[in-house]
Amino acid sequence: MSTATHENTLGVDHRKLAMWVFLGSEFLFFGAFISTFLLYFRETNGGPGVELFDIAFTSISSFILLMSSLTMVLAHNAHANRDMRRLRIWLLATAFLGMVFIGGQAFEFTTFYNEGLQLTNSPMSSAFFVLTGLHGAHVTIGIVMLLSTYVLTKTGKIKPDQDVKTEMVGLYWHFVDIVWVLIFTVVYLIPYDVVVFGG
Amino acid sequence: MSTQTDETKAHAGHHPTPKDYVQIFFVLFVLTAMEVAASFIDVGPLFLPLLLVLMAIKFVLVAGWFMHLKYDIATYTQFMVGGLLLAMALYGAVLLIFSDAVRA
Repeated sequence: MSTATHENTLGVDHRKLAMWVFLGSEFLFFGAFISTFLLYFRETNGGPGVELFDIAFTSISSFILLMSSLTMVLAHNAHANRDMRRLRIWLLATAFLGMVFIGGQAFEFTTFYNEGLQLTNSPMSSAFFVLTGLHGAHVTIGIVMLLSTYVLTKTGKIKPDQDVKTEMVGLYWHFVDIVWVLIFTVVYLIPYDVVVFGG
Repeated sequence: MSTQTDETKAHAGHHPTPKDYVQIFFVLFVLTAMEVAASFIDVGPLFLPLLLVLMAIKFVLVAGWFMHLKYDIATYTQFMVGGLLLAMALYGAVLLIFSDAVRA
């Protein structure tokens, strides 16, 4: 890894440090939308709410995103071992799983719309669509980063000794997965139990 | 560079193998299955703490192993935990202050 030319006075790679500062700030970004949803999940204006959630379907989406974190870390491991062929396979696998997740989200949104849960219906629906939509946008950006990395490794712009570049894409991707871990529990499972089972 | 940096020292230690990553994934898989199961069976007052604990374990597994925080220098962990704690404090306060107002 080419850390020698990218250190700061802390003795760390400044690119990784910048990524961690960015990811730390992203907790504040997503925290705003998660807390907004928690404040408003009962405010449905008489329309449909969290009882529409299909927990089984969302669980499968969660498994897919977790699996993509595994393929991502395997991509980084392959790059660290200078195995560019495996790196590209795992990058494509990760991007594919990300696309499946986004497809699932599009299906979920369409289903909700058809059942009357729409963006401007209620504080609950606005909070839900903005939060999960922004997460989906992050996943989409991650897919673009993965495919760009694939192309750059294919064209030789990212070299076998530059695994820190794959590592940073991986950090972003795992962060998106971590945010989904939070959303799945705090936005889907807990409010669903409260509203449907009176928990 | 003539001297070894904190970063390279941190990377010189043991790193997980692909087999370790697969094992961590299966643990994450089981924890998610437990979360979903807890939503459909009545675990009484344990539901909320159980879900939060399972979520926290998943969080630590992904951050510690997949994001390599366990093997990297502490500075990165401090930035992540700093952002997380700041967010929890800020939005915890927001929820406490406004939850009654929203329901009123």
